[in-house]
Amino acid sequence: MSGGATSLLRVHNEAIRSPTPSPTQSESSQSGFDMNRPSVISARNLTKAYGDLTAVDNISFDVPAGESFGLLGPNGAGKSTTMKMIGGVSQRTSGTLSIMGLDPESHGPEVRAHLGVVPQQDNLDEELKVRENLIVYGRYFGLPLSYLRPKADELLEFAQLTDKANSKVDALSGGMKRRLTIARSLINEPRILLLDEPTTGLDPQARHILWDRLFRLKESGVTLILTTHYMDEAEQLCDRLIVVDKGRIMAEGSPAALIREHSSREVLELRFGSERNATIGVELQGVGERLETLPDRVLIYAHDGESALEQVTARGLRPMTSLVRRSSLEDVFLRLTGRSLVD
Amino acid sequence: MSVLTGGHSATDLARERKFGSLYSRNAKAVVGRGLMAAKSSTWLVMVSGFFEPVLFLLAMGVGMGSIVGTVQGPGGEEISYAAYIAPALLAVSAMNGALYDSTWNVFFKMNFAKLYQGMLYTSLGPLDVAIGEIFLALLRGLLYATGFTAVMGVMGLLTSWWAILVIPASVLIAFGFASFGMGITSFMKTFQQMDWINFFLLPMFLFSATFYPLSVYPQVIQWFIQAMPLWHGVELLRQISVGSFSPATAIHVGYYLLMIALGIMLTTARLRQLFLK
Repeated sequence: MSGGATSLLRVHNEAIRSPTPSPTQSESSQSGFDMNRPSVISARNLTKAYGDLTAVDNISFDVPAGESFGLLGPNGAGKSTTMKMIGGVSQRTSGTLSIMGLDPESHGPEVRAHLGVVPQQDNLDEELKVRENLIVYGRYFGLPLSYLRPKADELLEFAQLTDKANSKVDALSGGMKRRLTIARSLINEPRILLLDEPTTGLDPQARHILWDRLFRLKESGVTLILTTHYMDEAEQLCDRLIVVDKGRIMAEGSPAALIREHSSREVLELRFGSERNATIGVELQGVGERLETLPDRVLIYAHDGESALEQVTARGLRPMTSLVRRSSLEDVFLRLTGRSLVD
Repeated sequence: MSVLTGGHSATDLARERKFGSLYSRNAKAVVGRGLMAAKSSTWLVMVSGFFEPVLFLLAMGVGMGSIVGTVQGPGGEEISYAAYIAPALLAVSAMNGALYDSTWNVFFKMNFAKLYQGMLYTSLGPLDVAIGEIFLALLRGLLYATGFTAVMGVMGLLTSWWAILVIPASVLIAFGFASFGMGITSFMKTFQQMDWINFFLLPMFLFSATFYPLSVYPQVIQWFIQAMPLWHGVELLRQISVGSFSPATAIHVGYYLLMIALGIMLTTARLRQLFLK
């Protein structure tokens, strides 16, 4: 991945030639994330309606170059629809969208020339072998074979699939298919990589290998746009994220900032048994910053979980089990999007 | 990065604003993919598609032909029954070859392999995909036609040098069916619906003056059959095979040109609706 160094060099050269900031650079200052980096994606009042259903409802966001940006939300929140609009394969109902200064709707092929896409479901070409998948996909971008042959080998190495180069796609495991899909999305050296639930359905080993590969890409300067409903994945990979629900942005910020803003530092989880959980809430009033009663347990959000537990026992309550843990993005997510199922 | 920014076809595209996001002049990548896939998987199907009309020719032309004797050809001359039905079978073969690729193959790629979904996330536009897939169908049509024409030659059924033109004419027929077939397939969602295509094709194969002249039918049925595409293909190839042309030849060719134009419009519009919604 030498792309990062090359593009740095180019930015440097441009800076020498034009001391005044370019329009894209001044635009990025609105994002408030990093004033020095131009935003590669800029969405304003983006809306997508399918008949009566508004899948994406008036959302605005900016993504500066090199950032790893997450879209979090329950099923049907509008994450995939947003991704499709960025790729120019779904037409927006209203609003504006600019990908590296281009409208993906009118400049679809040009925008996609700089995008890598990892769809939710693998759509590898099962009629082709592993290495052929990479080469043929590169041909779709109009890239020459003299470039694609060494590039395919490099990407097989990156995806740890070199010894599978001439295997059939069928013969790969789920994790291998996912890695091949990611390798395939990199064939055109994209500046932006769209990952729609990249690790859904993978075992922990496969997920960790994938995270490692994605982190390397981020280090090389690729902008990552990622949807997920794994909170640990978002905490691992995202510099900044938006939580979407029913097509709207519920919150925006870095994982740490979101936890600070929408949850406490620690969470105390208590179990009193299914019958008592519901009624015990009254007796716990005043402990911690906030209290949440669930069918199977009671959650107490507090700055200091241990001292909250002491207060509980001081009131003469004896929980069957107790657990003090750090607040996670999952707490934020559930607080913002609710606990009911939204199928 | 220089590879991308330097030689990329997308930059050329900026000038070609007319087709915007529909076309990036890279249908050859779709063709290349098809050839690479055919290399490993579909050989057997290709072979069986070639033998089908040959078997029909042997059974009906040579076998039944021995009790039928000679029949009247397009120019009024007497020709053997085998020579009469061979061009018709060639038209059917071109149709089948083109339709196999543009219906069943396309149906599978669209609904199960999600192939087009992947293609359209690259620089390719729906028109690149349509042109590429149709070209592959034509290639198959050309292979079948060349093989079958060679068989006709070996069996002594070609009486005129004009007959060599049945090969490009077969490609024209294949083009008409392929461009329409892909558009129609885009409406199909289940295997049951795909069977409707066969339900339409079998009677067209049997009754389009393939094995006997159109004059056996009452007038109304004749009009109906003359509206169907295969009849025009059968008549066109039959005329070419004996080198006997008439104003009707131009009508047959025109029929296919119109069919191709409408078919490509339909297919592109459908791909756009399905994948760029």
